[in-house]
Amino acid sequence: MADIKKHDTPMVDELKGGPWPSFVDDIYSYAEKHQKQACFDLMGQLELSYKHKETHWKHGGIVGVFGYGGGVIGRYSDQQDKFPAIWAFHTVRVNQPASKWYHSSALRKLCEMWDHRGSGMLNTHGSTGDLVLLGTVTEQLEPIFFDLTHQMNMDLGGSGSNLRTPSCCVGKARCEWSCIDTQALCYDLTMTYQDELHRPAFPYKFKFKISGCPNDCVAAIARADLSIIGTWIDDIRIDQEAVRAYVGGELKPNAGAHSDRDWGPFDIQKEVIDLCPTQCMHWDEKEKKLYINNKECNRCMHCINVMPEALRPGTDTGATILMGAKAPILDGAQLSTVIVPFMRLEPPYDNLKELIEKTWDFWMENGKNRERLGELIQRIGLNRFIVDVLGLKPIPQHVREPRSNPYVFWKEEEVEGGWDRDVAEFRKRHPA
Amino acid sequence: MSDKVYEEIQNTQLDEIFSKPYDPELAEKLYNPQKPMENRITDIGPPHYAQFFPPVIKKNYGKWVSHEIIQPGVIKYKSETGDVVYAVRVGCARLVTTDYIREVCEIADKYCDGYVRWTTRNNIEFHVTDEEKLRALLDDLKGRKFPNGSYKFPVGGTGASVTNIVHTQGWVHCHTPAIDASGVVKAVMDELFDYFGSHKLPAQVRIALACCLNMCGAVHCSDIAILGIHRKPPLVEDDRLQHVCEIPLVVAACPLGAIKPATVEIDGEKKKTVRVNKERCMFCGNCYTMCPAMPLADGEGDGIAILVGGKISNRISPPKFSKLVIPFIPNEPPRWPTTVKWIKKILETYAQHARKYERLGEWAERIGWERFFELCEIPFTEKSIDDYRLAYDTYRTSLHFKFTSHVEPM
Repeated sequence: MADIKKHDTPMVDELKGGPWPSFVDDIYSYAEKHQKQACFDLMGQLELSYKHKETHWKHGGIVGVFGYGGGVIGRYSDQQDKFPAIWAFHTVRVNQPASKWYHSSALRKLCEMWDHRGSGMLNTHGSTGDLVLLGTVTEQLEPIFFDLTHQMNMDLGGSGSNLRTPSCCVGKARCEWSCIDTQALCYDLTMTYQDELHRPAFPYKFKFKISGCPNDCVAAIARADLSIIGTWIDDIRIDQEAVRAYVGGELKPNAGAHSDRDWGPFDIQKEVIDLCPTQCMHWDEKEKKLYINNKECNRCMHCINVMPEALRPGTDTGATILMGAKAPILDGAQLSTVIVPFMRLEPPYDNLKELIEKTWDFWMENGKNRERLGELIQRIGLNRFIVDVLGLKPIPQHVREPRSNPYVFWKEEEVEGGWDRDVAEFRKRHPA
Repeated sequence: MSDKVYEEIQNTQLDEIFSKPYDPELAEKLYNPQKPMENRITDIGPPHYAQFFPPVIKKNYGKWVSHEIIQPGVIKYKSETGDVVYAVRVGCARLVTTDYIREVCEIADKYCDGYVRWTTRNNIEFHVTDEEKLRALLDDLKGRKFPNGSYKFPVGGTGASVTNIVHTQGWVHCHTPAIDASGVVKAVMDELFDYFGSHKLPAQVRIALACCLNMCGAVHCSDIAILGIHRKPPLVEDDRLQHVCEIPLVVAACPLGAIKPATVEIDGEKKKTVRVNKERCMFCGNCYTMCPAMPLADGEGDGIAILVGGKISNRISPPKFSKLVIPFIPNEPPRWPTTVKWIKKILETYAQHARKYERLGEWAERIGWERFFELCEIPFTEKSIDDYRLAYDTYRTSLHFKFTSHVEPM
């Protein structure tokens, strides 16, 4: 351990100060305590990147564990002479437990393994949701996998053209608004599709994200090829007494979210009724009663967010299924689009799985290399995807507004008499 | 709620495997490179979530009725059973060490029977069931600092605050970034620290960072997005390209058809390679993703674009994309002062002018983007006018605009 080499990192060191948790201080403390060369080298390489304003990681490198086509990302330094301890510095994605609850016994054991077999650095968590172990060498990959599966009952997450690790919000475990069992569904889908998660067979990545309500805390609508967002189809539950308590100033609006600024006394008209996007609410000042025309409500949840003690989602619950979100590469960013406005979701979720498998079959058959589902839907047309591929009935909920151009791709069978016509007959009626 | 799900949760116990000590030699005994399938366990998936639920969470699954943020960072949830739980939310750097995780475990053991969770936005949440423990936990968290004084566990990130920044790897661990991630996030959060631990804003402000256009951080629907961009077309390594790239895939990877196959002669040897029509390049980097012989990274060329006004939630207005307001800020490690300055300026202008509940994008739409640029004193440039696909959607095709300082009568 005597030959530990430390690097001068004056720029990186400037990130030790300030109030926000300093990753630099954390990594250096760990490096000193455990005499971990990889940590010193990582900070050294980061300093070089700060100097050059360029990354010093090489492009790719295919590594993995036997039988899996994902879960490990190969990473090599382009400064192997300077920073030999990170010349290979692969990432291991560990599939997180749904909604990221842990017990210290599990985390401690994982930490021991990672001290032993890796850099001791990790991400809690990666953007997709995995627990990301950051930095190990190729020879350690199989032992890490054996440790995870034999000693921790854990498994790898997805990467590459696989199903990516599904993720979900905290759901009914700790939220009164969740309209579906997000963890149960997330776990079920993850287990059902282990093969798709571990062995690449798709044109590109595919993400499932599950939020319990339209507040969408896991950003399903922006990030997932298949977005499952809980909602309700009946009426918002109202506790009129609690509404009056808000109006009377006894309860803090928005659960106290605005507590550090004086916004004046709560005004239900201004803060709830007038902000309702469908104008479906009415506060009767004389009766001291809130009325909601639920038929016209679009479930934006503003009123529920403002008065959580008084209003709750209905009890006939399920989810809206949307598809096709992605980041900008290549044709620009897409939000998911409504496919099934309301689906009841109870184990074993056969209705959802049928939809998923139908979608995958079509995408795997027709998707181009690295074409996300959302791009394929655009290429063939949402109408064709809904009607011809999924066999669903087209409804106004599928669009924000009807098309404004008249270029309908009529099919021959839709047109009386078909398309085969006799030009001689035509010219008899219309001499040229 | 499904009774089946509730019952399954009640019956799930913490896996005993975690209480057995870690054996650092076991894997080498089990793994046989000659027979790779021997002793191999595959496709077991993640541990069942319910074993990690604290007792109060397990018991009250699906029974929660309401919540209240009793102070920034502390949310009290009430159950129909009469139980309550306090969730204490703390910021986390995301890039952490096992020693940090062990400290999290120590806190969880001391106050929370060992249970802890992470949020989607990289915050940590500790759960306690009585006020006395809550006060002790909060006191304890406040006192824990790194050697140079930064908080290990700053409490906040609830309500009308700036919560933790969702971000990517940057120069710490990625091969395509145009910027660092952890360093920029640290610099921004140091400056906005007061907004993390307070409820002073009109609504929550979600900041996200992606270190290149691949956007692993999905920043495209954030109130404030920090995006790493390239501005120089890819280099082409003619002598190496045919050995490391599939040329048809590289050609197909360009969304603008700016890459063509080519043949060159190097030392009398014909080499297959590509040529890039540089005028057409939009610097997306998709070619480099496909081909290591086409690097884009450049210390002068790369930097930060700021996009604002996106949101995810369906609350009041539908989810929306963030819009490009500052096309380029140079990389300024280690503390990115220009980026930090603009983010603070945008945040505080919003805080000063927006109405209660109004998200940044809703505010900008209400006052008009022309007014947004004027109030934030951001110079408007032609680079904020879309010229990619569907650009027409953003053209002004009405007389509904305001006469801000941008208008010079002709």
